Amino acid sequence: MLSKQTVKLDPANNPYKPRLARIVSIKPQAPDHKLFQLRFEDRDYAESFCTRPGQFAELSIIGVGECPISISSPPTRKGIVEMCVRRTGRVTNALFDLPTNSMVGLRGPYGNGYPVEDMEGNDLLMIAGGLGMAPLRSLLWYALDNRARFNRVILLYGTRSPEDLLFREEFDDLITRADLECHVTVDKDPTGNWPYNVGVVTSLFDKVDNLNPDTTYAAICGPPVVYKFVIDQLLKLNFSKGRILMSLERMMKCGIGKCLHCSIGHKYTCLDGPIFTYWDAINLRESI
Amino acid sequence: MKSLRMAKRHLPKFLESLGKWGKVYVPVKLGKNSYRWEEFDGEVDNIALDALRTVIPAKKFFYKPREVMFEYDKTNGYTQACAECEEDVILFGIHSCGIHSLETLDNIFAGKYVDNYYFTRRKNITIVGTSCMPDKHCFCKSMGADTVDEGYDIFLTDLGDDFLIGVGSSKGDDIVNDNPDIYEEVDESTTKRYLEFRNKRDESFELVLDTSDLPTILDFQYDNPLWDELGERCLACGSCSMVCPTCYCYNVDDTINLDSETGERWREWDCCLFRDHALVAGGHNFRENQGGRLKHRYLHKQQAYLGDFGRTACVGCGRCIVACPANIDYVECLKAMRGEMTSA
Ligand SMILES: Cc1cc2nc3c(=O)[nH]c(=O)nc-3n(C[C@H](O)[C@H](O)[C@H](O)COP(=O)(O)OP(=O)(O)OC[C@H]3O[C@@H](n4cnc5c(N)ncnc54)[C@H](O)[C@@H]3O)c2cc1C
Ligand code: SF4
Ligand code: SF4
Ligand code: FES
Repeated sequence: MLSKQTVKLDPANNPYKPRLARIVSIKPQAPDHKLFQLRFEDRDYAESFCTRPGQFAELSIIGVGECPISISSPPTRKGIVEMCVRRTGRVTNALFDLPTNSMVGLRGPYGNGYPVEDMEGNDLLMIAGGLGMAPLRSLLWYALDNRARFNRVILLYGTRSPEDLLFREEFDDLITRADLECHVTVDKDPTGNWPYNVGVVTSLFDKVDNLNPDTTYAAICGPPVVYKFVIDQLLKLNFSKGRILMSLERMMKCGIGKCLHCSIGHKYTCLDGPIFTYWDAINLRESI
Repeated sequence: MKSLRMAKRHLPKFLESLGKWGKVYVPVKLGKNSYRWEEFDGEVDNIALDALRTVIPAKKFFYKPREVMFEYDKTNGYTQACAECEEDVILFGIHSCGIHSLETLDNIFAGKYVDNYYFTRRKNITIVGTSCMPDKHCFCKSMGADTVDEGYDIFLTDLGDDFLIGVGSSKGDDIVNDNPDIYEEVDESTTKRYLEFRNKRDESFELVLDTSDLPTILDFQYDNPLWDELGERCLACGSCSMVCPTCYCYNVDDTINLDSETGERWREWDCCLFRDHALVAGGHNFRENQGGRLKHRYLHKQQAYLGDFGRTACVGCGRCIVACPANIDYVECLKAMRGEMTSA
C-alpha cells in the first residue's frame, strides 16, 4: 500500500549516503585542532556543492562512524570544503590519524545557515569563542567576498591562550584589513609576547565604537559561557532578540530530521537550526 | 469505496489467495495476553483474530529494529544495502490504530529527504486490516485513530457470520477479483449490522483522554514536579519506545569486518529515555535528568509532532502502558497534567 505521501524513490539519491571526498590538505591549528581541506571525488558534484554560511555536513570516517562538522569555507569559494575539527572522540580521533590523500565520506550541506538575505545591507557583528570560529568563518569570508553587500563588518574573537587561536595565518592579515574591524583577545597570555588584547571576549566591546543595534546583526558562536556573557552585553546595548543569532550544538545522528537526536522542544537543530535567533532560543525550552 | 460481504467460512480461501501477493504475516498468540506477528502457517485457527496489540507493532516490517544501511569498502565507499526491502509482504490483522501509526511514520520519513528504506517497504507491503473491540488500555478514539477510511488495501470488519470487506486500493481490488465466488453484494442487513457493530464498539471505550487544549496545558505544566516523580520511577529500559508504533528515533553505528577493509553502517531503534540520547561531545547532556527525558517523550508526541503535522504522534494503542515495568501510565500522567483526578 503506497502511503498518501508523494515520495520519489530513487536509489541513486539516498540522502544518507556519504560521497567519497579526498583530504587534499591538513593544516594543524591549535593543540588538538586541525583544518582539513576536502574535495569530492566526483568533480561535477564538487563544483555543484552549494552551501550557505553556517551550514554543516556529516563527515564519515570509513570503518569508524559519522559526525556533524561545520563547513568553515564560504560558498563564494567552490570546489573545496574546509572543516576545522577538534579531536574529541571516536570519529574525530580516527580523522586525526588519516594522512593527506585519504578518503572520507561527506554528505550535506545541512541546516538552515545564516539568514544572509536579511543580514545584507546591515552592519555585521561576529563574536566567536574558541572553536566557535569554525562556523563563523564561513560567514566572515562570505561577507568579505561580498563586501559591498554589508555596511560595517566587525569580528571579535577570543580564545583561551595565544596557541589556541584558530586560523592564525589568516588573522595576521585580517587584523590589518581596512574593510574589517577585527579584534582578537586571549583569556591569558603565558607567553608574554601576545601583541593584542588580553581579557575575555566581551572586553573587546570597548574597542567597537557606535554600535547601532537597529542596523546590526550579531552572530555569536562559542561555548555556553560565551553566549551568556555576550548576550547580556548585547541586550544592554538594546539589541532586539531577533537580531542576535546563535549556532546551537546538539547530538546528531542523521542530520536530516529523522533520528530525533537533535530535537529541542518542537524544533530540530539539524533542519530548523543550527542557527537560531535568541528570540527562538528563549522560546525553545532546553535550548540554552 | 467498493464494499463486499464475505461469509466467515471463506476465510481460509481468502488467506490462501493472499499468498499469491507475497509472504503473509498474521498475529498469533504468544502468552496469556501477548501476541506477535508470525508468518502464516496455513492454519486459520492459529491466527489470533482477537489480538488487540502485538508486543512489537507492525512498524517493524517497514522500519527494522536493526538494519544495514550501507556496505562500505575503502575504495568504493558506501553502497546502499536494503536487505528484504524488495520483499512482498502482506500484513493480515493490522487494526485501525496501526494504519494510523503508519501515516504518522510516513510524515517523518517523507519530506525533503526521503528515507528509501522505509518507503521501498511501504510500497511492497500490502495491508489487510481487521476490525477490533477495545479493551481497557485502548484510547485510540481519543487520539482520532479509531476508524480508517483509507490507508489499507483491504479492511475486514467482523459482523458476526460475515466480514464486511472494504476494498481500499487497486491492489485490494485485484485480490478480491482473484476469488470472485467467495464474495456477495452488501445488502440492507449488512448495513444494519455494520451500524450495530459501530455503536457497540463506540460504547466499549473505557479509557478516554481529553486532548482539547493539551499543548497549551502541557506548556503550563512544564515545571510540574510530577515529571520528576515519574522520572524517578522510570528505569530507562526503553520498552515504551520499542513497543510504540509511532516512535521512530534511531541510532547509527559502523562495524568493520575482519579484513579491516570492508564493513557496514547500521541503524537501530533508539529511545529518548536513554541517558545518552542528548549527550554531546565534552560530556554535556542537554537533557540531564530522567524526568526531563520522560517529559520530552510526552511533549514530542502531544505537542511538537502535532505542531508539525496537525496530529499527535500517539495513536492510543495502549502498548506503552502495558509494557512499562514501572507502571508509568501515559494516559494517567496526561490526565494528571490536565488537573483530572487520577492515581498517577
Ligand atoms: C551543527 C554542528 C556543528 C559542529 N561543528 C563542529 C566543527 O566545526 N568542528 C568540530 O570539531 N566539532 C563540531 N561539532 C561537534 C562534533 O560533531 C562532535 O565533537 C563530534 O560528534 C564528536 O564525534 P566523535 O565521534 O569524535 O566523538 P564521540 O566518540 O562521539 O565522543 C565525543 C564526546 O562525547 C562524549 N560521549 C559520547 N558518548 C558518550 C557516552 N556514551 N558516555 C559518556 N560520554 C560520551 C564524550 O565526552 C566524548 O569525549 C559540531 C556539532 C554540531 C551539532
Ligand atoms: S505512546 Fe503509547 S499509546 Fe501512544 S501510540 Fe505509542 S505505545 Fe501506543
Ligand atoms: S517503559 Fe516505563 S520504565 Fe521503561 S523507559 Fe518507558 S517509562 Fe521508563
Ligand atoms: S540529527 Fe537526526 S533529527 Fe536532527
